[in-house]
Amino acid sequence: MNQLQNFTKGFFRENPILVLVLGACPALATTSSCFNGLGMGLATTFVLLGSNVVISLLSGVIPDKVRIPAFIVIIASFVTIVDLVMQAYVPELYEKLGIFIPLIVVNCIVLGRAEAFASKNSIYPALIDGLGMGLGFTMALGILGAIREILGSGSLFGYKFIPGDGILVFILAPGAFIVLGYMIAFVFKMRKA
Amino acid sequence: MAKTESTLKNMIVSLTLIAMGASACLGFVYELTKTPIEMSVLKKKLEAIKMVVPGFDNNPNEEMFRLPTGEGDSLDVYPAKKEGVITGYAVNTYTNDGFSGYIGLMAGFKPDGTIINITVLSHKETPGLGTKMAEPGFKDQFNGKNPSEFLLKVTKDGGAVDAITAATISARAFCDAVQRAYNTLQEGGIK
Repeated sequence: MNQLQNFTKGFFRENPILVLVLGACPALATTSSCFNGLGMGLATTFVLLGSNVVISLLSGVIPDKVRIPAFIVIIASFVTIVDLVMQAYVPELYEKLGIFIPLIVVNCIVLGRAEAFASKNSIYPALIDGLGMGLGFTMALGILGAIREILGSGSLFGYKFIPGDGILVFILAPGAFIVLGYMIAFVFKMRKA
Repeated sequence: MAKTESTLKNMIVSLTLIAMGASACLGFVYELTKTPIEMSVLKKKLEAIKMVVPGFDNNPNEEMFRLPTGEGDSLDVYPAKKEGVITGYAVNTYTNDGFSGYIGLMAGFKPDGTIINITVLSHKETPGLGTKMAEPGFKDQFNGKNPSEFLLKVTKDGGAVDAITAATISARAFCDAVQRAYNTLQEGGIK
């Protein structure tokens, strides 16, 4: 597999949300608007990038039997760094994403990539994998957030272009499931074709 | 690179080293972000005070005092003064009755108890519904009203407050927080 394929697989062929359906919990909860979805995606991308690099570097020295606790410590450190940095420099976004930032620790994508890819590959492919997976996740969250924001509040990035209240259910949790379901069905159809 | 054997010694040593490395990084980042975090919290508070009790020339943050709520709790009160005369009080009030629990407000009162302005500090209400309580359409109806004659309840409960469509709970909680601030100021003997 060349590095380009390694990078692009996160967007389509192995998109964490739309194909692997990993990390759906924060994806559903934080995508009530496009901006929130992108913010969550980028925070996860940073963690994924950092943890993939460090884990691929250390995979040779971590004994197999304690690899999961070691991975979790590394991932949790990156999450805490993101948490502190966001709190300091983008307090508005931090407030909106709230509890879901610390919960990146238990996002299956991060540990999944560490276990399935980073620990078996060298640093450069691991970096590309983290970046591709993270941006693919961000893209899926951004689209999900945009659809929900347009249908639910008639606006995009907070700019209102459809008057009225919008279809409220798309802002609420059931709307997240409905939109995600259709997105997964669409991608599945495309992959078959 | 040869894989490290999973012996007890190796496991203990590697986990200890990783944990130490991680704590060192976190300590460093914590020190780095400590001041900006404090600054952003303070800035937000000062902006809120400025919004709800405008036109002061003292430093309300330094003259902050606490008043008991009568529920075994206390609220932070920031006095606003102009040329040494009290022009209003910004009260950092709260309610736990929001749709998703805690809502924090900064409410500004004139010395006679009339509401000047209110701003929402923190909440977890439903986006698109409960979040409307932070918009002028809802919160500005309190401005210039005195809770002694303006009943702080939604019209559904026999009060004077127009609730938010599909978010009555958030509107009720908002009223509860403002009422708490008003009661606390009155019971605190501040005129």
